[in-house]
Order: sequence, then C-alpha cells, then structure tokens
Amino acid sequence: MADVKYTEEHEWIEMDGDIGTVGISDFAQEQLGDVVFVEVPDVGKKFTKGEEAAVVESVKAASEVYAPVDGEIVEANTDLVDEPERVNADARGEGWFFKIQLKDETQLDDLMDEEAYLAYVADL
Amino acid sequence: MADDLQTITGHRGLVMEEPLIFEQDAPGRTAVDLPEPPDVADRLGSAVREGPIGLPGLSEPQVIRHYLRLSQKNFSIDAGMYPLGSCTMKHNPRINEKLARLPGLAGIHPLQPQSTVQGAFELMAVTAEWLTTLTGMAGVAMSPAAGAHGELTGLMTIRAALEAAGNARKRVLVPESAHGTNPASAHMCGYSVESIPADERGRVDLAAFKENLTDDVAAIMITNPNTCGLFENEIIQIAEAAHAVGAYVYCDGANFNAIVGRVRPGDLGIDCMHLNLHKTFSTPHGGGGPGAGPVVLSEALMPFAPLPYVIREGEGFRLVEHAEDGDGAPYGRMKGFHGQFGVFVRALAYMMSMGADGLRQASSDAVLNANYLLARLSDLLTLPFPGPCMHEVLFDDHFLHGTGVTTLDFAKAMIDEGFHPMTMYFPLVVHGALLMEPTETESKETLDQFIMTIRSLAERARDGEVDHFKQAPRLTPWRRLDETTAARSPVLRWRPDLPQAAE
Amino acid sequence: MLAAIGADSIEELFKDVPAAALLDEAMALPPHAGELEVERAISVMADKNLHAGAVPFFLGAGNYRHHIPASADHLIQRGEFLTAYTPYQPEVSQGTLQAVFEFQTQVALITDMEVANASLYDGATACSEGAMMACRVTRRSKVILSGSVHPHYGEVTRTNAQFMDLQVETLPADPFGSEDLAGHLDENTACVVVQNPGFFGQIRDYTELAQACHDAGALLVMVVNEVVSLGLVKAPGAMGADIVAAEGQSLGNPLTFGGPHVGLFAVRERLLRQMPGRLAGETVDEDGKRGWVLTLSTREQHIRREKATSNICTNSGLCALAFTIHLTLLGEAGFTRLAKLNHAKAVQLADRLDVLEGVEVINDTFFNEFTLRLAKPAAAVVEALAERNILAGVPVSRLLPSDGTLDNLLLVAATETTKDADVDTLCTGLAEVL
Repeated sequence: MADVKYTEEHEWIEMDGDIGTVGISDFAQEQLGDVVFVEVPDVGKKFTKGEEAAVVESVKAASEVYAPVDGEIVEANTDLVDEPERVNADARGEGWFFKIQLKDETQLDDLMDEEAYLAYVADL
Repeated sequence: MADDLQTITGHRGLVMEEPLIFEQDAPGRTAVDLPEPPDVADRLGSAVREGPIGLPGLSEPQVIRHYLRLSQKNFSIDAGMYPLGSCTMKHNPRINEKLARLPGLAGIHPLQPQSTVQGAFELMAVTAEWLTTLTGMAGVAMSPAAGAHGELTGLMTIRAALEAAGNARKRVLVPESAHGTNPASAHMCGYSVESIPADERGRVDLAAFKENLTDDVAAIMITNPNTCGLFENEIIQIAEAAHAVGAYVYCDGANFNAIVGRVRPGDLGIDCMHLNLHKTFSTPHGGGGPGAGPVVLSEALMPFAPLPYVIREGEGFRLVEHAEDGDGAPYGRMKGFHGQFGVFVRALAYMMSMGADGLRQASSDAVLNANYLLARLSDLLTLPFPGPCMHEVLFDDHFLHGTGVTTLDFAKAMIDEGFHPMTMYFPLVVHGALLMEPTETESKETLDQFIMTIRSLAERARDGEVDHFKQAPRLTPWRRLDETTAARSPVLRWRPDLPQAAE
Repeated sequence: MLAAIGADSIEELFKDVPAAALLDEAMALPPHAGELEVERAISVMADKNLHAGAVPFFLGAGNYRHHIPASADHLIQRGEFLTAYTPYQPEVSQGTLQAVFEFQTQVALITDMEVANASLYDGATACSEGAMMACRVTRRSKVILSGSVHPHYGEVTRTNAQFMDLQVETLPADPFGSEDLAGHLDENTACVVVQNPGFFGQIRDYTELAQACHDAGALLVMVVNEVVSLGLVKAPGAMGADIVAAEGQSLGNPLTFGGPHVGLFAVRERLLRQMPGRLAGETVDEDGKRGWVLTLSTREQHIRREKATSNICTNSGLCALAFTIHLTLLGEAGFTRLAKLNHAKAVQLADRLDVLEGVEVINDTFFNEFTLRLAKPAAAVVEALAERNILAGVPVSRLLPSDGTLDNLLLVAATETTKDADVDTLCTGLAEVL
C-alpha cells in the first residue's frame, strides 16, 4: 500500500512521486453525514500548509478541507461537484478532493500514519 | 388502522391536498377587478417587457382556498404549545394587529412632511421611553429590523465610539454558547472573533475570559440570561473587567423576557443590548419575520447611534435624518426609512396592555413555568447544569444514550403528540441539547400534559420502543422529508418543464 | 407549582441575579390597561397623522400606496401563518414552506432571474447585501453606486461596507438618467449598482452596461424600488443583471411609515452558494410525497457562524406572504393591467402638471413616478400644500439635502389609487403656492 498520512483535521494524503492526492478520512465523512456539496480548488492555485483549500458540506454542517502540506494544485476532482455522495461512498478512493505537488516533502513527517490516526480518532 | 386508508382525491378528511398555484393556472384569469387603463401615449422608452411573465391566473375563491388549505398545514402558537427555547413563542394578542391597521398608522408615508406625522413620531418616542425605562439605559436606536440586525447595529456603534477615541481595536470575545448571529455580526463589523469557553456551571468561564481580555478587545458579546437558560451571575465582574481595559459589554437581549420588570440591564454594567420585539414584546413571528431589533445604548454610546432618530422638541417631535441636523456623530444608516414602525405599534400596544406590573408578572411566570418543567422532568431527562433556570430549561440527550433513539427522533415523536418540539442541538456547549421554553402564556394544565407526554416518551425510549421513534411523525400530512436530496440537487422554484415528483 | 419546584417564592428562582440589581417592585411605568384603554391611547396618536387615504396623495420614493385586496390582509391574519415560527420542522410547516417556494418562483419570474430567496428585511438592506455578495463572488472590493440608486439604499450600503474594507464609489445624483457608468469600471470593481426605474423615475436599458460589467469581470446589481413596474418594464434578468435587490412593499403591504417591508433578492443560478437568506427547496417525504424544506442552510449563520454569507437570521415572512398572495390574486393578467394602470395614471398626471406655470417634468421616461422642477424650493412648496391637506410628493432635498442643485426637484408618484379629483386638487394647489 502506498504511503498514506493523516492530519488532525482528518485529511489524508497519499503520495505518488512528488504528487500527493488529498481527501477526507472515512471518520470525517461519517461525522459529517450525507455530503451534499463539495467545492474543490482551481488547478494552479498555491497553498501553504493549513490553508483552506476545499469545502465540504452536509445538510447540517459545513467544514473546510485544509491543505496538509505546502504546494500547488495539479488536479481537482471536479466529479465531486456533481456527485458529492462519492465522498460518503468511498472517502479514501473515488472521493478524493485534489492532487497537490509538494514543495517540501519533509512536511509529511509531521503527519500521522494510519495507525496513529486510528488511535487519534478512537480518542475523540 | 384507519391511517392506512387511501382516498381517491388524496385529501384526508379535513386535510386537503393542495397543488402549487402554478399548477392551477387558467390563463387570463385574475382575482382583482381593475379598471381599464386610460389610453395614453406611453412614456416608457425602449426598455419595455417583451413576452409573458409566466404568472398563473386564479380566481378569488381559488386563492382563498389555496392559502387556507396551506395554513392548515402549519403548526402555530395559536394551535398549541411551541416550547422552542430561545425563540419565545408566546401568545400574540390580537389587539396589537388591530391597532397596527389603523389608517393613521398603516396609511402614512415615511417621507410626509414631519408636521403631518407627529403622532407617528410620538408613538416611536413613547415606545423608546418604555424600552429605555425597562432596560435602565440612556437611549435607543430604533431602526434595526431584527435581532441580528440589532447586533450589527450595536457593534457598529461600539466600533464608531472606539474609532472616535482613536483605536477601533481588533477582537470581539463571544462565549461558545452564543447564538450563531453573534460571531457573524462581529465579523461583518470587521472584528476577529474569539470564543470563550463555558465553565462547568454553564456560564462564561470568568478566568478564561480575563485571560483573553487585552486592550485590543473591542467588546464582549454576552447573552444574559444565557442560551443555557441560566443567569450569568458574574455579569457585574465581567462588565467591570471589560470596562477596565476600555472594552464595551454587548448583551444579546434575546432572553430579556426572563427578567423584564425585575432587572434592568443598565444596572448590570451593560453598554449596549438589542431587544427582539418579536420575542419579549410578543409581536407575531409570522413564519419567519418581520421582527424588530431596537438597540438600547449607554450614555457613552448614544452620540454614535445610527440615523434616523426622533427627538422631542418643544411640544412636538422631530426626526433627525441627516448627521448635520442633530448633535451626535452617527456612524451611518441601517435600513431604509425609519425602522419597523408597524412592529413598534404592536410592541407598544403589548407594553401598555401589560403595564409595569404585568410585564413583571410575565417574566416571573415565564421563570416559574420553566422551573416547573425542570422540577418535573429532571429525574428522567439529564440536566447538564443545575437550576434554578430562568425562562428556559436545558436538558441534554444522555437519557437517550444506548436507546437507539436520537434527539431528532424524540422531537419527531413529540409532533405526533401535538406539541412542537423544543430547540434541539443548540446551544452547542452541551451534546444533544434540548432547550425548552414554555413561556408565561401556557397554563399549568398544558404544562402538565406536556410533562406527562415527555415522561411517557422518555420511558418508551428507555423501554426499547425504537421503532415508534424512527417512524415518527406518522400522524402529520407529511412524513419526514428528505433534506439530503433537497440540498444535493436544489429545486428552488417551480418550472413548467420539470417532471412532476412522484405522488 | 412552587412546591413542586421546592422554592418558597418566585424571588428564590432569581437568586443568581446579583442582589443589588434585583428590583423589588414594579417600575415607574403605567400599570396594565384593558383593550379599550389601549385602543384609545394609540388611536389618539394615530389621529394626529394625516394619512394617505384621507387626502390627495402623491408620495413614492421607495414606498408606494397601492390598493391591497381584502382577501390578502385576511389570509395573512390566519393564526397558522401569523403565529408560526420559522419552518424548522417541515412536517408541520408545509403551509409556510409551500408559500415560500411559490414566492421564490414568482420573484424569479417577475425579475427574470433563475433563483430567488425567501426574502430579506427590505429593499435597502437587500441592496447592501447584493453589493457585498458581489464582492464575495468576484473577490474584489470596489462597489460603484449609480446616482440612480435611492439615497437610503446607498447610505445603508456604505454603512455596511465601511467596516469590511470595501470601497463604495458613489456617483452624483442623476436626475436625467444620463450618467456614464461603464467608464468607472476597473480591475478592482466587484459590481455596479443601478436602480431601474431610477430614484428620479427614469427608465434605462442597462443591457450594454451588463455586458461592460461582465467584460470587466464585474457583476451588475440591479435595484427595483417599485416592483409593479416589472409588469411593463424590461426585467433586470433580460438586461443581463446578475443580482436583483428589490423592495416588495408595493404588493400586499401598506405604507406603515416605511416598515416592515420585504426585500426581494434574486440571482443567477451560478451565484447561488453566495446568496444570503433562507431558501425553501423541493423534496419528497418518506412516502415519496412532494414537499418542501429549508435548504442550503450551510450558508447561514447558525452553522457557519462568522464565516456565514450574512448575519441574517429572520426574513420578512409575513410581508412576503402578503406579497405572494397579492400577486397570486393578480395573476399575469391582473399584474400587467395594474402596471399599465399605474403608468397611464402617471402619464395623465405628468401631462397635467407639465403645463402649469413654474412646473416642468424633467423625465423623458418614467413608470409611475417622475421628477418635477419647480420654480421654488420643493420642500417649502410641499409644506405649503400640506397645510392645504395635499400630500404632494417627496422633495429631493429631504433625502439629498447637501446637493443644492436639487432643491427645486420634487418626486411625484401616481398609482391606481390616484383619483382624477386628486389631480385637480394638486394642480389648483400648486398654482396657488408657486
């Protein structure tokens, strides 16, 4: 399995070369409930770690998706705009939000691995 | 069971199915008999409408029937107890409606010569005097259209006063139990919002507040009684601490109905507070407005109040509409014309009917009723903070843990019993909040029936009758509606080409 | 009840209130009074006012006198509408929700826009919300406010903008409808706000301006003060407007000294997510039956808190209901006839006034309101006519006192309620005082 890291704000990032695919965790989609709206960033946009990069909304809650690392957007999953339910169906796969080209791969070291993340959410 | 009976028409006895007006269109039909327009050469120029608008044509009997049938699908305070915490659903006396329709009040234009509307200014001034006396404040800005609008007005007044003193400051402190409008209003006023936690007693954590209180704080926005239905008993210390660093104390007056006639916010160190006339002063909610949110102000803030305002001058009254016509330094204008005048009429009629004694009695009875619910339900429901409460009582959903019944399910089961549910999931400081506000206008008999119903439902939940709750409501003309579909593919208007939803 | 609570007195329930702040007797205000006494007291105040129905009346400027059908006022007083709260429990609020859905559709139709919300407070606040929304959408910070916009709307917009780091460029009053707006567009312009018919009554076709705005990456916000005009005048949507902010008082709602009224707000579908205010949307219930719910509420303050599109919580529910009932009673045929009648009455009035000595109609175009240039300052003329029990119109200086060039201008409106005899009285009165 590819190298997946998680943030405390429940984003995951999966690396392929210097490109990371970002989405929200299964735990996050469950907490939100039925996702009804997703806004993804434009390709070419640059973010620093922790900046709001995308929006995800359910009927009763709205939440931001933060950039887990510094970088530039190279692809956005615009399918989610028409089919936000993909986030619920497959948060770790088809429900990805955007791909980001990393500026500094060492930033990944600050994130949690899957095991640490699962322990983290078990405490919430 | 009888409720399985299918009818040919879709009507169910007195509950009539009613299509949209657009589905009842008979082209050319109208319910208003207007004279033939005189034949004139038009002066519209070239920008004229081309083609039909698409409005449906109905007859007067059709229109009456349409809206009467719609009305019968609404719950209302006229029909039953509506214990929505924080919303103050109490009886709306009809004398208020009658007086608001007097031609001398409903039929006057805001820009008539001031000499021809002295009675209207007098009414605004008298209403203002009641409000300032009841709150113990120096003056009032009457124009805000609703509570949230009043919050914005109050914060802008504070900002204007701070700017005049040379420093607008940067932050506004908002307790985490506050209404969502508080942070939204502070943000619109250009302030960053910082949340202050509640302590274990459900009140503002005084230590945390003081820790966050620096000289870049413009104001604290406090709700008192707070949204947990509790009086902030350290309000005077909070106000003193805020004043010591030059910050103002804004009070969200949504819950003023708990203390009106007994406590004057001015005596608590409050500088600025909006009043929801549609809550405390019983003007009707109308399915979502119109409201009115006058803001009472301290002496220090009065000069910065927005335009327009009425002043007494000799025997009469004058409306100050422009900064240069008055003594103050108004920061601007919040609304077209002079405020929600029709709401002032209703609120004044209510205050005059109640009088000083009646208003005091009303807050006493509101607090008594809420504490009665607390006393009769707290053995079965869970009380996150001990009482006494003020005009509303907050429970949380611990009593439902492990039952499989959610707060929402519980609320929907109340609908089948003929009660409007209480406020749920607010305030955010407790998990699964259930906030009940009975108001003073419910009788003990109604409260007892409500208590019995809540107790029975809580027992049913505990006894594992999950299905009863998951299926609820079953006795309403509509069952639970699919909010996910509504939000995923919004249909916000009728269109002729839209496929009809399945019946 | 106190026994059940375990308290000896009501006072015990107020024990959390600091003792020094607790009043032990009723305040120095009058005691309670019966209906008869309250009605008398408030009627005394009402009787001091000269009301529109009693005398010849020609005021407008954003607040118009129209005939309200009896059934509209009757229906809004049904307790199920009057005393319901916001429809948060859709199973027992379908009456309000369906009416709101129909209202949204009617507003979208008359403005020729794609979607409309459940209403805002009034036209002035809707205008301000429209300008701020344009800034959010474009992520720009400059608002160009045309001289055609009602001065109160401009004041409210500037007031709200001042603390949000937005710049409002207000153009001078434009009585002749001749200002050039496109020339003010730049790369930081979020929107141009115009009013049609303008404050001075002029009707303009803003199709080219809409194009110029779009070419510059800006939006066109169009204000409508008198919604009855939409029965005859080219709709904002047909001109290319992106946001429409209108005052809906003319339908269903009395003058009431300027409030409560109802703000209409309609936008292009692509801007929906940035729209303030409540929305009702269609869905189905568990049995598949069509129904309505409040939707897209994640835009709103109770979820988004400081990130909400606006701090607005209430709409103007009952006023919107009065609006939608009146428009349903009118229907297409009645609404267009009402518009024609208003325009014809205004044309007749203008023709009568224009020939008077010392009176000039300055408009080349208008709907039901136009501007007169008098030989004397209009405010004094209006005062003198009020003494003769004629409510002649709105002196422009009442709203724009600092621009001396406008002192002789008088706004005059006619509606279906204007009688020929009223016009005679006005003409006679004007001839006397000028």
